[in-house]
Amino acid sequence: MRSWRRSNLPFSKPPITRCNILISQNYPILHVVVPLIAAPLMVLLRHGGFAWLLAAVASWSSLAVSAALLAEVAGGGVISYAIGSWAPPWGIEYRIDSVNAFLLVLVSLIASVVVIYCRESVEAEVAPEQHYLFYTMYVLCLAGLLGIAATGDGFNLFVFLEISSLSSYVLIALGRDRRALVASYQYLIMGTIGATFIVIGVGLLFLMTGTLNLADMAARLREVTDTRPILAALAFLTVGISLKLALFPLHLWLPNAYAYAPSAVTAFLAATATKVSLYVLLRFYYSVFGESAVFIAHPTSDILLVLSLAAMFIASTVAIFQDNIKRLFAYSSVAQIGYITLGVSFDSLTGLTAAIVHLFNHALTKGAIFLLLGGIALRLGAVRFQDIGGIARVMPLTSFGIVLAGLSLIGVPGTVGFVSKWYLVLAAIESGAWWLALLIVLSSLLAVIYVWRFVEAAYFQVPSASVSRLREAPLSMLVPAWLMVAACLYFGLDASLTLSGASQAAAELLPGSR
Amino acid sequence: MTAIANHFSYWATLFIAIAGLYIVIARGNLVKKLVGLAIFQTSVYLLYIAPGKLIGGTAPIIADKFAVYSNPLPHVLILTAIVVGVATLALGLAIVVRIKEAYGTIEEDEILAQEQPALQQTADNKM
Repeated sequence: MRSWRRSNLPFSKPPITRCNILISQNYPILHVVVPLIAAPLMVLLRHGGFAWLLAAVASWSSLAVSAALLAEVAGGGVISYAIGSWAPPWGIEYRIDSVNAFLLVLVSLIASVVVIYCRESVEAEVAPEQHYLFYTMYVLCLAGLLGIAATGDGFNLFVFLEISSLSSYVLIALGRDRRALVASYQYLIMGTIGATFIVIGVGLLFLMTGTLNLADMAARLREVTDTRPILAALAFLTVGISLKLALFPLHLWLPNAYAYAPSAVTAFLAATATKVSLYVLLRFYYSVFGESAVFIAHPTSDILLVLSLAAMFIASTVAIFQDNIKRLFAYSSVAQIGYITLGVSFDSLTGLTAAIVHLFNHALTKGAIFLLLGGIALRLGAVRFQDIGGIARVMPLTSFGIVLAGLSLIGVPGTVGFVSKWYLVLAAIESGAWWLALLIVLSSLLAVIYVWRFVEAAYFQVPSASVSRLREAPLSMLVPAWLMVAACLYFGLDASLTLSGASQAAAELLPGSR
Repeated sequence: MTAIANHFSYWATLFIAIAGLYIVIARGNLVKKLVGLAIFQTSVYLLYIAPGKLIGGTAPIIADKFAVYSNPLPHVLILTAIVVGVATLALGLAIVVRIKEAYGTIEEDEILAQEQPALQQTADNKM
């Protein structure tokens, strides 16, 4: 009985209820429902192998559905899906436009690649009796992240945020090191504070507008924009979402969580979780509050600019002095998130395009790096600099992949990192701040140093006895990782696909500058 | 005085929220931190529910006798939020149990001391 319709108006008329059994008409919810149903099935089956198969099927079908949705909205249309045929704004609405369709494809793509990698990596890093639970949490996290991206309802967003957060706390706690437990606990405390701030913000918006539907809320907000509760809501939402997306200085949970989680989890979360939170920030800023209420009435741009610059320089500098390579790249993630929020702070079409394209590019780059580091962790059991000396001789493919992805972190031409930095610099010059362009280039030099530390250790040291006994990482881990490395290079050379997606998403968010 | 009386529920919400956050920040005991977190989340329940109630209002069932209705939606939302809060607390406590098994303590500073034995030793020598 569910039906969806296409329109550019949020809720002009009640939905046309027809007895449609066509599965394609339920696409806007299928990519969330399939993993959500797979999760309890895994718990009932209690078998690691079946659970992996189900997780793979769920991720791949989510990817297929997301790709179909992206193709559907590529022309600039909006799909509105009323859950249970309850018409929005009363019922929960799923709204797919070119912004979140792009994100849905990114998240399900990363999940589909990482799930192949999981087979061998999880075998080595998680106790056998916990395998089915690992995959349960994995698909729950996926369902949560996709739900956040797809939903058009403020409270539904909070619920999905907690589904993805709670499952990621469990995934992190499954790490071998006992420090994973403390990292997971820290993340739980900070993540819950962040989520509670978000729900306070949504609550204040609900009190002032009487609706939870984000599109409806945006329309009704115009009458009460200048009131104090709305300002408080903006502040609560900004701080809460910034905690979830690890904006400097609210990033304290991130380095430990990434460093001690199982390798597959680190790769999955690094590539998706913070990116989805960024999308939530963009959605609230541009689609709910509106550009003028956020950027013109308040000094949001300046605040974001200062914090982004601090992230780019301080986090990169801290990264240089890390002993643990996973921790190094975790700090680098904080710095890279700074580039994304820098793009947002310009509040221009180019800046937003740079932010969205870097969101995609950084997900690919960091995903590749953490997947390859997982290969080293599998063979060596540790990823500290003193242990990996000369590892390039025994694991050449893994090391070379990390170097290529590292070049993308720096922003060398021919990699995706260059495309995003190029657009960031363009946006900086466009806004008249040439010194910012200089700072972007300068901060890239810090990335050169920490990537060089890996090159130096892997290529220019004599392998120790324990290192020279190692073999190359298994194929089931190398192939997904190299797929991401290849994507880093492909989208670096031919950026038309990612750029058109990003600029269309930016235009969707900034309607005035189309 | 009237400012407090007219907005009593908001002052109560604020007090509970700040008290909860203070416990999270100031206490080193991992269980006490979780209790603080639960108190902080409770403040949100009040923030949602209190404005939904109108004095003299009834459940929104259309009948001749009643004209003033309270909004039932906040209650439904908070029912969900309570479930989320319980799940968070349960998971947090489960992690604390695992931490106790792994470290033998649930005091934050003692866990940190175990993680940095070298630092701890130099501190002991100085004493």
